[in-house]
Amino acid sequence: MFKRKKNRFIETIVETLLRFSGGITTLTILLISIFLFTEGWGLFNSSTVEKGYILCVNKSNPVKNLTPTQIKEIFDGNITSWKQVGGSDIPIVPLRMDDVASMYTEEEIGTEFEHLPAKLSEAIEKEPGALGFFPEQFIDIKFMGRVLPAETITLKEYFTGKEWYPTATPASQFGLLPLLLGTLWVSLGAILLALPFGMAVAIYMAEIANNRVRKILKPVIELLAGIPSVVYGFFGLIVIVPLIRSLFNLPVGETALAGSIVLAIMALPTIITVAEDAMRTTPLAMKESSLALGATHWQTIYKVIIPYASSGIMAAIVLGIGRAIGETMAVLMVTGNAAVIPHTFTEPVRTIPATIAAELGEASVGSVQYQALFMLGAILFVLTLGISIWAEIIRKEPQSD
Amino acid sequence: MNKNFNGKRASQSVMFFLFRLMSYMVVGILFCIIGFIVIRGLGVINWEFLTTAPEDGMTKGGIFPAIVGTFYLVVGSMLVAFPIGVMSGIYMSEYASNKHIKRVIRVMTNNLGGIPSIVFGLFGMALFVNKLKFGDSIIAGSFTLGLLALPLIIRVTEEALQAIPDSFRQGSLALGATKLQTIRKVVLPAAFPNIMTGLILSIGRVSGETAPILFTAAAYFLPNLPNSVFNQVMALPYHLYVIATSGTDLEATRPMAFGTALVLIIIVLLMNLIANFIRRKYSK
Amino acid sequence: MKLEANNINFYYGDFQALKNINMTIEQNTVTAFIGPSGCGKSTFLRLFNRMNDLIPDTHLTGECLIGGQNIYDKNITVDELRKKVGMVFQKPNPFPKSIFENVAYGLRVNGVRDKKEIADTVEKSLRQAALWEEVKDKLKKSAYELSGGQQQRLCIARALAISPSVILMDEPASALDPISTSKIEELIFELKNSYTVVIVTHNMQQAARVSDKTGFFMLGELIEFDDTKKIFLNPQKEQTQNYITGRFG
Repeated sequence: MFKRKKNRFIETIVETLLRFSGGITTLTILLISIFLFTEGWGLFNSSTVEKGYILCVNKSNPVKNLTPTQIKEIFDGNITSWKQVGGSDIPIVPLRMDDVASMYTEEEIGTEFEHLPAKLSEAIEKEPGALGFFPEQFIDIKFMGRVLPAETITLKEYFTGKEWYPTATPASQFGLLPLLLGTLWVSLGAILLALPFGMAVAIYMAEIANNRVRKILKPVIELLAGIPSVVYGFFGLIVIVPLIRSLFNLPVGETALAGSIVLAIMALPTIITVAEDAMRTTPLAMKESSLALGATHWQTIYKVIIPYASSGIMAAIVLGIGRAIGETMAVLMVTGNAAVIPHTFTEPVRTIPATIAAELGEASVGSVQYQALFMLGAILFVLTLGISIWAEIIRKEPQSD
Repeated sequence: MNKNFNGKRASQSVMFFLFRLMSYMVVGILFCIIGFIVIRGLGVINWEFLTTAPEDGMTKGGIFPAIVGTFYLVVGSMLVAFPIGVMSGIYMSEYASNKHIKRVIRVMTNNLGGIPSIVFGLFGMALFVNKLKFGDSIIAGSFTLGLLALPLIIRVTEEALQAIPDSFRQGSLALGATKLQTIRKVVLPAAFPNIMTGLILSIGRVSGETAPILFTAAAYFLPNLPNSVFNQVMALPYHLYVIATSGTDLEATRPMAFGTALVLIIIVLLMNLIANFIRRKYSK
Repeated sequence: MKLEANNINFYYGDFQALKNINMTIEQNTVTAFIGPSGCGKSTFLRLFNRMNDLIPDTHLTGECLIGGQNIYDKNITVDELRKKVGMVFQKPNPFPKSIFENVAYGLRVNGVRDKKEIADTVEKSLRQAALWEEVKDKLKKSAYELSGGQQQRLCIARALAISPSVILMDEPASALDPISTSKIEELIFELKNSYTVVIVTHNMQQAARVSDKTGFFMLGELIEFDDTKKIFLNPQKEQTQNYITGRFG
């Protein structure tokens, strides 16, 4: 009696599967972080000097190494003396292969470039201030210059670098600052625009509107959340960008402001839903006791309901920022994508997600640029994960007074 | 009535008017966006537009391959996400009993929902395209989009199951049904309509995503339809991005862009309508 | 089948809900549990089909025997137990299925495939539950189209369909109107012939009308357990006397 009869084999398998699938989101997050960091971390171990090329100096030059930024400044003509990079006081003479080749006739170099290695060596040897940037294949054992060690980018340079220029020669520039600031700049603008509207709609829906109006508003907000970001981007490109250009009399309308406006519209549903839910949790008794004391409905809203829902409203703002920071396509289409540190809202900026979307297609797998873009992804991941957790914490916090 | 009272009433009227006005403005924005695209796009959409491939540098012809591609990606991603998502939802609602584990999983699910779609794109490229060597393909795109859709499906499933009264479960268990039988025969059927809304809303979401498929599935232009899951595809949102931003003659591709945007909006509208319909029909 | 409880103690977390309860319930009798709310009578009832297993953080000491078998033994399969020990709940809880499917449910989940057998059992159970005449023309209709009293009788039919030996009823008439209640009571009286019935009720008249034996519970203790007549006419304990004369509870 009461003993096992049914065949429970399949049940056991299904239940094990169910248990496993419960962990799928945790597993995915783990995998995402592992893949982003393993692919991205190589950036700090790879040379930023263009692949297949080396940098070299005259043997008498005391300078041991050059950072990517210094290399770029030298070839841009902003650093002209070795003294500025820790050497002796002689002018820097940048030498590319073409510069050397143009000093000699075709015959001297040889039809098969067979004499080129000797000439490169000669050029470096006779010019004490030389900084050569030559293809590796033309450097032979008789080379008289000193090859500089391949420089990798450091964490500090990455986070404080002011230039993002992955395709620069001789050395790619991977400075996070303009992208990070661009992202925050656009998102901040978006939240400032979205907040008053989001709060107004949330209060209206939670407290003022009657049921019939709410039944219309709710699907409208859902629809607003459902429209694909590329459609928002398209709308921004066709309507908002030209509008901004003519309104502010700018050469281009693709600006941080355009990004902020589009993002504000996109962040609205998040802000409205979370804030409205928070306000709805206010106990009826609390509301009624305020009304019974002679407070108007509006006084009750801002003296009782908003303070009570404040943590939820904060969470709404934080989640809105999170949504804005991670948005890709719309921003890519309307912000102009200039990787410069932003100063005003009326100039083009470039955000982290837009950079990934724009550049990853061109970067070959495993290259420095590829690694740098995955590193950006990792930073974006950490940023948004932090924001999610932060929102979770403030939402769950017990109400103070 | 004293002055103070009048002041109170006045400030309330002003504020409430302001809130109402701003709410109507938000609704206005939505109608503005949709209306604008509908007006400019409606003239473009016809049978030919929906059933032929782009021609002449995307200035003529239609978007048929993109529609097919998006269809494949939606079906593929739902094949990945729906079973796993529903199972995960069942686990959360019916099996997980430890408060802390439940909390962790819920937080993780919320976090996954908050991760930007471009990060999914990067992850999909690293894992499915490169590591598992799927290449840029329908299957890589489907897995990537599927992961993206998971949190929504899990949340909707869990909520739908939680809404089923415990008396159903007890009634079934008391008749000698096992837990799994109870879930399969009583709880799931009762929650099914609401779970379907989750599926439909994720279809709407997935069909509009661009960033996750940029590097995992989407192709700029393909003259032929895919014939294997390891082929690249064109997709509606990516197609819109391409013809809206790059191209030799932006003015000439504009009508095509409006048409594509309208098709995307119609898909989302349709999915929202169906979901609302189901919700209204089955909620008592 | 005979039910026995030996030295039962039951805890919700730290709270002891049942204190050292001993009881023997004979076959083919109706036994009623009465007592003020929160006295543990429902908890005690639910021990016999292990419904308390569903509540997290509870534990039990003591023995609970049905037909001489300890139902909390390791090798007992809970759903086989519940097949033999049917239960009717306080509120009617039909499934969102047709009337027919509600009654057939227990058969199907217990592996009955034969259509004829299922149809016959459904009819027999509905007749036993005195519902057949009212529903025979609308078996395909949703169970929710029935009235509350009919729904509760449907739930009884559902429990009968899997031919249990014991039927547990947890305040089966508390959500019903007087006419439905009297129908259920008649039914309980009939059921005695083939089943061992245990019923929890807060309605003392009901206990007096339907049961052979009555147990009075208070604060997790079984105060008195005896023939129903004796409990109501000549209780041995003062607390029982107070309760049935309405001085508290």
